[in-house]
Amino acid sequence: MSTAAATHDDHHDHHHAPTGLKRWLFSTNHKDIGTLYLWFSFAMFLVGGFMAMVIRAELLEPGMQFVDPEFFNQMTTVHGLVMVFGAVMPATVGLANWMIPLMIGAPDMALPRMNNWSFWILPFAFGILIFAVLMSAFGAGNPSAPNFGWTFYAPLSTKYGPASTDLFILSVHMMGISSIMGAINVVVTVFNMRAPGMTLMKMPLFVWTWLITAFLLIAVIPVLAGAVTMMLTDRHFGTSFFDAAGGGDPVLFQHVFWFFGHPEVYIMILPSFGIVSAIIPAFARKPLFGYASMVYATASIALLSFVVWAHHMFTVGMPLAGTLFFMYMTMLISVPTGVKVFNWVATMWRGSLTFELPMKWAIAFVILFTCGGLSGLMLAITPVDFQYHDTYFVVAHFHYVLVTGAIFSIFAAAYYWLPKWSGVMPSKLLGELHFWNSLISANLLFFPMHFVGLAGMPRRYADYALQFADYNFWISIGGFWFGLSQVIFLIVAIRCAMKKGEPAPAKPWEGAEGLEWEVPSPAPFHTFDTPPVIK
Amino acid sequence: MQSTLFHRAAVGLTSLMISGMTFASDWTERSNLDLRPGVTAVSQEIQDLHTTVLWIVTVIGLLVFGLIVFSMIRHRRAKNPNPATFHEHVLLEVLWTVIPFVILIAMAVPATRVLVKLDDTAESELTVKVTGYRWKWSYEYLTYEDDNDIGVSFFSNLATPPEQYNNPVLAGGLFPYGTAKDRVGQEAPEKDHNYQLEVDNKLVIPSGQKVRFLVTSDDVIHSFWVPDFGGKKDAIPGFVNETWALVPEGKEGTYYGQCAELCGKNHAFMPIAVEVVTQAEFRDWIAEEKEKAASGPDLTPFSGLDQAMEEGEQVYASACALCHGANGEGGIGLPFAGTDFATKSEYLNEHIDVLVNGRAAMPAFKAQLTPRQIAAVVTYERNAFGNDTGDLIQPADVNDHE
Repeated sequence: MSTAAATHDDHHDHHHAPTGLKRWLFSTNHKDIGTLYLWFSFAMFLVGGFMAMVIRAELLEPGMQFVDPEFFNQMTTVHGLVMVFGAVMPATVGLANWMIPLMIGAPDMALPRMNNWSFWILPFAFGILIFAVLMSAFGAGNPSAPNFGWTFYAPLSTKYGPASTDLFILSVHMMGISSIMGAINVVVTVFNMRAPGMTLMKMPLFVWTWLITAFLLIAVIPVLAGAVTMMLTDRHFGTSFFDAAGGGDPVLFQHVFWFFGHPEVYIMILPSFGIVSAIIPAFARKPLFGYASMVYATASIALLSFVVWAHHMFTVGMPLAGTLFFMYMTMLISVPTGVKVFNWVATMWRGSLTFELPMKWAIAFVILFTCGGLSGLMLAITPVDFQYHDTYFVVAHFHYVLVTGAIFSIFAAAYYWLPKWSGVMPSKLLGELHFWNSLISANLLFFPMHFVGLAGMPRRYADYALQFADYNFWISIGGFWFGLSQVIFLIVAIRCAMKKGEPAPAKPWEGAEGLEWEVPSPAPFHTFDTPPVIK
Repeated sequence: MQSTLFHRAAVGLTSLMISGMTFASDWTERSNLDLRPGVTAVSQEIQDLHTTVLWIVTVIGLLVFGLIVFSMIRHRRAKNPNPATFHEHVLLEVLWTVIPFVILIAMAVPATRVLVKLDDTAESELTVKVTGYRWKWSYEYLTYEDDNDIGVSFFSNLATPPEQYNNPVLAGGLFPYGTAKDRVGQEAPEKDHNYQLEVDNKLVIPSGQKVRFLVTSDDVIHSFWVPDFGGKKDAIPGFVNETWALVPEGKEGTYYGQCAELCGKNHAFMPIAVEVVTQAEFRDWIAEEKEKAASGPDLTPFSGLDQAMEEGEQVYASACALCHGANGEGGIGLPFAGTDFATKSEYLNEHIDVLVNGRAAMPAFKAQLTPRQIAAVVTYERNAFGNDTGDLIQPADVNDHE
């Protein structure tokens, strides 16, 4: 989406601004790599979304109509993996790549070659995973793709896992390597590349949230790597980490997985907090309320995220003391999260609000993410969680925080920064269509899931009892509608990439603050070769 | 297809509106909007706690969203062209940290109380060991009042016939298994009222007595969940978890539940049905079951190949077809149709052995099937799907097998 050297006549540029395939394959430019990440994540969003459509088609009515239960399990598994590791995470890395250097006045990311590598691992990692699915759908004998849920609990994924589990392990390792390299790059860039005068407490909140996210990634991705490696040795090298028959413990798997998995959910949502903290002040024309408390709240959430993991496992039979500890800690994490929501509301308060597309998505984020947060608080109450656990209530909860939370904020970011990336304003008409269709359909899709969950429908069910039929029908309709609505964004993005639309000024949003608006739109191939002056 | 979709849309919309007003008392009633109060004291307390917390989060939510909407209306640029400039307020920050904290404590106190109560499995009168299998449950009665030697155990399988749930609209590609392929384009039979919930053998427990469940698994992790008893407990291979239920007298009836932890292909096809009876009825039932168990297996020989084939076909459909295919074509398990294993006489003994003792991923069936059932199904596998060995295996042959 960024323009090549052609539009930029700085004399030394043409030496290292290749064109065509080479430009993308060998790129060390943070803007090009950011663009690659964003396109890749959107492609994965569509792939994972297609899998969700298969799931929803099967659940439209009771009975097995389209796929068999085995393939249904593969769809739920790979949908989760693709959305978490392929759509949300790379999208936020793409935003980090594009925006962090622009926001802190750096010429590029600190480790540009590693940046290239961390991106180009991803298509291969997901190629391996999707290959397994294609083999299962069309290969001779339909060898099963990973079918044990994105949480891949042992022993379902070890002793009972299909042969393709090994492809999955390799793929997860590669995704992990990519994430760790991306995270290291962010940490090094933020600590070493800030323009003179850009103190830590002057950094935009997006940079802060990403810095904290990067530390979370470095802390927990190795734990994930450990978990899949233990799976590998259990499967092929005679160890029994997770096999009770050999003296191991299947519950150990869940502890290791969720020690990664809980911080992982904050890895997906913290950058969203940063995005919304940039957008709301811009369209309220008023500075962010409680900047310092936002930074501290983010750090508290990150620290607390390490001591709440067992709330995913209340039903495994933990001792009472352990259960109580994790219940209290989980309830506690809602305090800093609440602080952030209150700060956003206070930022809007007595501002001078306008509702351009980024602001629409941001406000939808605040409200719907809060819905997900409140159902999260309900889930923290352990005795009630014994009923909610592993039902559609949980599915509703995490889709509220991840779809109407993380993904809505990523759309907010896209509409906010597309003028800077592409040099043209995204189509208002298509953008409005995309927003309203997504908003209504997402709620039709996810809100009734609370009801089927409370009524008792377990999650990951290929078929269900008749009393769940009516809600599931509407959920599926919402699902297809939401899925189709995303095609509108594809058109918006392609139009911007083709420079179709109204040319964007350097600062298209009146109230926007930050260094990124001081460079022209589209941002030139190289920016801040000379550090900007920070007031 | 189209007309049924529209029909369902109309029915769905109506019931969505009705379900908001009525309160279903039966688990199999149509959609309910809220958590079920259940039948035990604990499930009622959980529901009360749920209601309290739901009100608290609803009020907080409405307050926050109200402020946002108010601000969106009153502080929009048309109304408020000059934005304020404040961006800090220490007292406000302290307040919205402390007040939520106090609300949390108010929620944590009753939650802790219920949790402590749930944890107490002591002084139970009946103990049942619940074991999860792929994809069925087994119930073993261990102790009842002073009786420590009951020796009653049985398996519980889904009773919904496959024709009711296999209604494929496509064949091949994404729909690879044979059972269903034959059914493409066929009219699906009407689904039973307890579709996907009914089982062949129900777990029977008495009312008015505390029942302790020891929950474990034979293979992967399952989760034992009867919503009306309040809460679920994971069934983990190699570990025994405890949970309990006390259904009050006067609440006799059948309660349904489902497996709540992903356990593979047929995760959605292993329901739980619990029949709660009075203590007098329970005593009679358990005495009868004990007598049956004590009399040993039925070793009456089959009158001929036809009788064995007929019984074998039923056993095959419920115990083998999921993995080996309805037509012996294989799947997760090996095929039988025309294979050496199922047609050559030198494999006969091994064939019986694999069923009795299991091998690799194939589970041992000696605990799940009677010698008569095993004899029938081996006979069936060697004489169906185009196989024609004429082998007739008798229950005694299986019973003698080690």
